[in-house]
Formats: sequence, C-alpha cells, structure tokens
Amino acid sequence: MNNQGVGILVVDDEFSVRDSLYNWFKTEGYRADTAENGVEALKKLQESLWDIVLVDIKMPGMDGMELQRHIKKIDNTIIVIIITAYATVDTAVEAMKEGAYDYLSKPVDPDKLSILIRNAVNQRRLMAENIQLRQKVEELSLQDEIVGGSPQIKKIQEMIDTVAKTDATVMIRGESGTGKELVAQAIHGKSNRRYFPIISINCGAFPEGLLESELFGHEKGAFTGAQYKRKGKLEMANGGTIFFDEIGNITEKMQMDLLRVIETKQFTPLGSNKVVNVDFRIIAATNSDLEKKVAEKDFREDLYYRLNVFSIQIPPLRERTADIALIARYFLEKYARSMNKDVTDISPEAMKILIQYNWPGNIRELRNTIERALVVVGKKNRIEPDDLNLLFLSKANPPGDSLEEIEKAHIQRILEQSDWNISRSAETLKIDRVTLYNKIKKYGLQR
Amino acid sequence: MSYIDIIPIGEVEETLLLFLKQSLFQTFNIQTRIRNCRFDLSLVYDPVRNQYNSTGLLLELINDTPPETLKILGVTELDLFIPIFTFLFGEAQLNGIAALVSTHRLRNQFYGIPEDEALLRNRLLKEGIHELGHTFGLIHCFALKCVMKSSTYVEEIDQKPTHFCKLCQQDVLK
Repeated sequence: MNNQGVGILVVDDEFSVRDSLYNWFKTEGYRADTAENGVEALKKLQESLWDIVLVDIKMPGMDGMELQRHIKKIDNTIIVIIITAYATVDTAVEAMKEGAYDYLSKPVDPDKLSILIRNAVNQRRLMAENIQLRQKVEELSLQDEIVGGSPQIKKIQEMIDTVAKTDATVMIRGESGTGKELVAQAIHGKSNRRYFPIISINCGAFPEGLLESELFGHEKGAFTGAQYKRKGKLEMANGGTIFFDEIGNITEKMQMDLLRVIETKQFTPLGSNKVVNVDFRIIAATNSDLEKKVAEKDFREDLYYRLNVFSIQIPPLRERTADIALIARYFLEKYARSMNKDVTDISPEAMKILIQYNWPGNIRELRNTIERALVVVGKKNRIEPDDLNLLFLSKANPPGDSLEEIEKAHIQRILEQSDWNISRSAETLKIDRVTLYNKIKKYGLQR
Repeated sequence: MSYIDIIPIGEVEETLLLFLKQSLFQTFNIQTRIRNCRFDLSLVYDPVRNQYNSTGLLLELINDTPPETLKILGVTELDLFIPIFTFLFGEAQLNGIAALVSTHRLRNQFYGIPEDEALLRNRLLKEGIHELGHTFGLIHCFALKCVMKSSTYVEEIDQKPTHFCKLCQQDVLK
C-alpha cells in the first residue's frame, strides 16, 4: 500500500499553511499541490484529478463554502476537508452539512491530521470500489440473455427499455420456455430498483396454503409444521421487483389476497397480527389465456386489469427462426466457457437441423439441446448433427411439404434408427428390400 | 570531503551531539561534524504559541553553508511548530540540504514521567535519521520496521527501529 496515487490539493490564502501542508503531504508520499484561492483551485481541479481537497473556509473572494459547492458540482465524490480557525467552527459544521467530509481547526495535531487523511483516503477508495461494483452490477444486470436480431425481438427490447424506466406493472405473455423470466429480469435490471432484489415465485408450483405462506411468510406455529418464523417473498422483494410466474394458475382466494396487497402495499404474515408495509414493482407472466379465464370467471377481472397495465407478448421460437443461429451460438459460447470445453462452432449440417426444428419447448429446449450437445461432443471442436438429440425430430420436420421430401426424410430416419439395416428398415416401412434400394438410390440417401 | 553538519540551536547537551555525531556516521557512512552557528531566535519565536517556527529555523540553518557540507541536521531543545500543526518532532527539506529535530517532546519529562536518558538518545537518533532521510529524498515508509515510518506521537517513535528498511536503504545509497 502506498499514497502515491492519492492526489491532495490544499487551498488556503495563507502561504505558511499551504506550504507546511504541502511539505507534509509530500513527505507522506501523496501527490500534492496548492492553490492560493478558489479560482486557482477550480483551475487545478479542471486540469487534473484530485481525491482530497483541503479548503480554508475564510478566503478573500470565493470563500471555502462557495468553493466546496463548485467542487461538488465538478465531482461529487471528491472529499472536501474544511480548514478553519476555532472562531468559525459553526461555519465548518454548516460546510459539513453541505457535504464536507470533516473539518480541521488550526492548528491541528499531526496525529489527528494523519488519521483524518488516512480515513479520507480509505473512504475515497471505498467510494471508488463502490462505484466500480455498481458499474459491475449494472453490466451484469444489463447483460441480458435476450439474444436475437429479429424484428420481433428488437421490438421486445424497445418495450423493455420503455417500461423499465417506469414503475408500471408488466404482464409478460408467451409460451413455455420463451424467456418470460428473462424479460422480467431485464426490466428489473434496467429499472431504478435494480440494486434491490428481484424475487420470483412460480404460482403454479404451490398448493394454495403453501403459496400463501410463500408469499406472505408466517410466524412460528402459524400452522402445523411452521416450526420457525419465515419471511415471505413479498417482504423479501421490498424495494425491488416481484415476479409472479404462471399467475393464471392461482386460486380465487389467492387472487383476492393478491389484489389487496397490490392495492394497499400491505399484508399480514400468517399467524401474525402485525401489518407489514412493502414497496415493490410487480411483473407477472402467464402462458394461459387470461382473457378467456376472465370471461369464464376463473380469473378476477379487477386483478386482471391491475396486472395487465403494460403487456409484452414474446413470440415462440418457431416464429423467429432467424434468431435460432444467434441464440444457439450464444448458448454454445456460454456453456463451452462454463464447461471449459474448446468447442467453438456448430457445423452447417447441425445448424440446419437446429433451424429446421419446430422447438415446442422454445428457447429453454434450445438451451438444453446445446448444453447436452456440449456434454456428448467429446473431443471435437464443433457440434455435429450426431451431437444433437434432435436428429429424429428434425427429420420429422423436413424443409418442404411435398410428399417426396417427407418420404425421403422418413426413409432416412428409419434407416438411421436401424443403423442402415436394409431388411429391418424395409420391414418397418412395410415395403420390400428392392423398393427400399430403389428409394435410397432415387433420393441419394447415404449413411 | 563531504560532511553531515550537526548544528545545535540554542542550548543542547553536548553528550547528545557527540552521540549523534558518532551514530549518524555509522548510519550514513558520511563524515559528521558539529558546527556552531549563531541564530536570531526572536525571528522564529511565536509568543502566542510559545513555540519556534520550524520552517523559519530550517531557512536559518542553510545560511552561509560551507561548500563541504552535504547535509545539515539542526538539533534543538526548543518546542517546534509549523502554522498548521500544534507541534513537530522535526522537519526537513525533501530532497534538500537541511533537517531539524527537537528533543523537546522526545523527553519523558514532557509527558510527566521520569526522564530516561537512553530512551531520549534512541528517540533523537531515530528522528535525526528520519529527517535526514527526507533530505535524501525518502518519503514516509509503510514498513513497520523502517526508521522512515511516520510518527505522529512519541510512542510511535519507540516502535520503529533506528535503521532503514532495505528499499529505503537502497534509495539513500543511490
């Protein structure tokens, strides 16, 4: 550890104070400089970076208070220490209220100055570290995995950017595996609540009693088996975002309870008589047809309108095949890195299969397929069709709709299933061996 | 031949000066000598603080410096200050010629405890080497076992050794 990187600027109209502090800081190994007045100090602040500025409160022209205000405008993180005589302690206190780190009454005990500067340097380092960490969080939170260049995805990204800045409730719609939670995380990550948690709860995964406890928490002994007090997810999300996945699956009672919480931002944990106040943003997601449920009185209309303030519809992967290659490569890079594998590419043949496949499980299925392929890829440095578990399925979805193309793909699949055993394949296809040979020849099928 | 001149300011015990003369030679391997000068202490005295301005004394120390003088260490019993600080154990010109050290606050007596002559010598030597170290361009060192470690109270002086750490030693020899 050394002080060489730390810059200290001494601003005092009294030469002896400037000079003695300058010399002291130099012997301490700091980068030091002096300024005789506020104007000179501001010039030096513009010229180079300073960590700590010691400011005499009483100076002709611009006084220390005014200079401090200018400094804070230039860089709010610069540590300002006020130098004052005993007679102006009140002003120093005032300066501290305006953001000064501390003040020194002249003359100062060397030990006190030493400790004060050391603490200020530590504070400055912590501030810098804090800023760095915040930037890191920012990068990580913005490092969304919403990959794709299709117009649909670009539109979704625009919608995320728009709604993230507000505190509006968002309803995300889309098939299973389309990345609804990812969109929720991206909204949270770009919102002002990003330094607070995003708490996800899968409403479809809990029976009614348990969901209630999950959401609201409970006191010890609130119900059989409640051996300990437990904080609910609503409380955990305080300050941040709560993400209700599969919101269409909650019971009528839960719908009512939830509506009350959304309206009052208050709830009472099970078995407790204390009301808990919370502040969170709500993002909900569903795969079900909520409008139909509302029409059939399965979902409360008032809750529906409360949740459906801003709606984002995520298209299924099959409707944006242009993104498949991008997403596949994204997962390849991600999982290859985490598995420490030197797999850098997907062969054109394998990519063709990925693009042709129907992806009923959407991006989740694509992710799992790439992850699995990386496990079975062995020592190869690219993923081949054999590494995909989709061989069978892919060829069930041939590129064309003509009978010939379907027949070709079907024969190819049967042959591969039997490891090109002609007799067995012919038997499965309910044709004779000669016909099969003719078809192989006709379609140019190869092992 | 070059010398480190040890210059008493005001009345200073001769045994202390002789001790410094011998010890500083051993540390810096530069000839040392005691040189007497006349000072007008009224110029650096602050009656309100009842202390002597250290920076002013440093400037007086370099008046009429003989050509063979490499460094100067002023030694005084006077209580030193600079305007911003309540007191100083010593002061030096960083990369300059002159350094100054005061025994005033190195004495146990100042803190109301019995005098310890050996401890005083030890403290004086450490501060003398420390301030001269600044004239050789050394800044405060973070090594606990280095005489260049900063000391803002007397007990802190007692914690450090009378020698430089390896890195500071190398810098002095340059």
